[in-house]
Amino acid sequence: MSIHRREVLTALGTGTLAGLAGCSGLTGEEEQSAGVAGETLTLTTTTSTYDTGLLDEIHGDFEDMYGVSVEAVAQGTGAALESARNGDADVVMVHARGLEDEFMSDGYGVNRRDLMFNDFVIVGPEDDPAGIEGTESATEALVAIADAEAPFVSRGDNSGTHTKELNLWEEAGVDPGGDWYQETGTGMGEALNNATQQGAYTLSDRGTFISQRSEIDLVILVQGPIEDGPEILSNPYGIMAVNPGVHENANYDLAMAYIGWITSPEAQEAISEYQMNGEQLFFPEAVSEDSDFQQYVPEGWSSESSDG
Amino acid sequence: MPVESVVQPAAALVGPVVVLTESAVALVDLPFREGYVSSIVYVSLYVSLIAVTLSTLFSVPVAIFLGFTDFPGKGLVKSVINTGMGFPSVVVGLLVLFAVSNQGPLGSLELIFTKEAMIMSQFVLATPPITAISLAAITGVSDDVRDAARVLGGTRLDAALVVLKEARYGIATAILAGFGRAISEVGSVLIVGGNITSSDGISKTRTLTTAIQLEARQGQYETAMVLGGVLVALVLAVNAVVVRFGDQGVQR
Repeated sequence: MSIHRREVLTALGTGTLAGLAGCSGLTGEEEQSAGVAGETLTLTTTTSTYDTGLLDEIHGDFEDMYGVSVEAVAQGTGAALESARNGDADVVMVHARGLEDEFMSDGYGVNRRDLMFNDFVIVGPEDDPAGIEGTESATEALVAIADAEAPFVSRGDNSGTHTKELNLWEEAGVDPGGDWYQETGTGMGEALNNATQQGAYTLSDRGTFISQRSEIDLVILVQGPIEDGPEILSNPYGIMAVNPGVHENANYDLAMAYIGWITSPEAQEAISEYQMNGEQLFFPEAVSEDSDFQQYVPEGWSSESSDG
Repeated sequence: MPVESVVQPAAALVGPVVVLTESAVALVDLPFREGYVSSIVYVSLYVSLIAVTLSTLFSVPVAIFLGFTDFPGKGLVKSVINTGMGFPSVVVGLLVLFAVSNQGPLGSLELIFTKEAMIMSQFVLATPPITAISLAAITGVSDDVRDAARVLGGTRLDAALVVLKEARYGIATAILAGFGRAISEVGSVLIVGGNITSSDGISKTRTLTTAIQLEARQGQYETAMVLGGVLVALVLAVNAVVVRFGDQGVQR
């Protein structure tokens, strides 16, 4: 009986989708035209680059330069990479080197560049129940939070920030769990709101924290490397094109044009000039005199050690 | 295509409503870029109205068919439809994502992150309530009416039309329920639409609901509430229009 029902459902569903697909062509004629101009670049990215307003601020120049439009989908690093794996994006801008390396090693991403960085900060309520303010080491601060069983909000969404947080716990030798540790499964902004409501600690990228500071009652308790905090809290962003050899529908030309543009001195300067609440959010690092070959390949890769 | 001729008036409705909303929002000083709110209202209405129009065109004939014929397994079909009313929208979003993703069966149509993909998922969401409530309305029409129509020399089609006329309030309710489900839905349109605006703040696939979700994510609860107010006002307006049409139908 139940099998039968499932078959009916499948048949219904497939029929419906197929039927709709035929109709939908009618309504989708707005923005396609021949040539590079008029094409659309799909960028999947993290909530931190999008919610800070950076992309909207700088994309206008690129769109004017090439006569194209950029569609930025803010998903979080894990989801952004997954969309790209499925061939639903042309270019990805994320911040979790480990996941980026895996993405490249699996053949989905090509032509990676270091793009920009900021840092992570550990934020919490002003009264600081775990007493971590001024701690030099991020891992010691986490150990103190765990020992005090002070509430801690985790993103829990496989984003770059969540990945960093898990790495930090691992470095600290603590396996977080219990009532005080809450995985919210939300974006950075929501996690900050959640932490405010509960008087909890959380790990945030500096950009989102600054852009949202007026809405929340949290303070920075452990600084990142930008304010002379520990290097472990650095937050580098990378950009990669989707490999057209894997997904032939990927708009590779435009993706490379975008990567070329965003790593150009002009766009890098625009990134460094982008401010919110009087503070710089992102620090460009694509333009350099040094030849940093590691940015193009998975970290630690060398031709000797690699067997493909 | 006949579908186009039905979709056009639905889309034409959107324009004036957008202008109204824009002027209403302009009265309140909000940190939105010019054209932002009207464009998300436009996308919301465009997607939901087309989805509901298509789903009505599909559902009402199905409901009539089910209401007028008996066949083995009819109970099963009805229970599938009723189950569909409770189908979680995120699951529908995922199914449509699998279908339209580059890896999916419809991948070559490149529908991912488009309004068309959003229309597909809202179609799937709106169809079960419209079908089920229409069916209830049609079965609710007394058999006497049907018999009378046939006795007076009407064909099967005449009888169907008479029943349809009697059931029109129920069907209007069905369409409103479907519209309510479509326009208030956030899970699936977020997944398949991607919540995209262009860099100058004009929505491509951002609807009122996903915009509210975005504002809430950024902790801007006040602006989220304002957008929520706009959404409620829109739903009220659409309801009022439909009820009005219903009343006019009675006077004729």
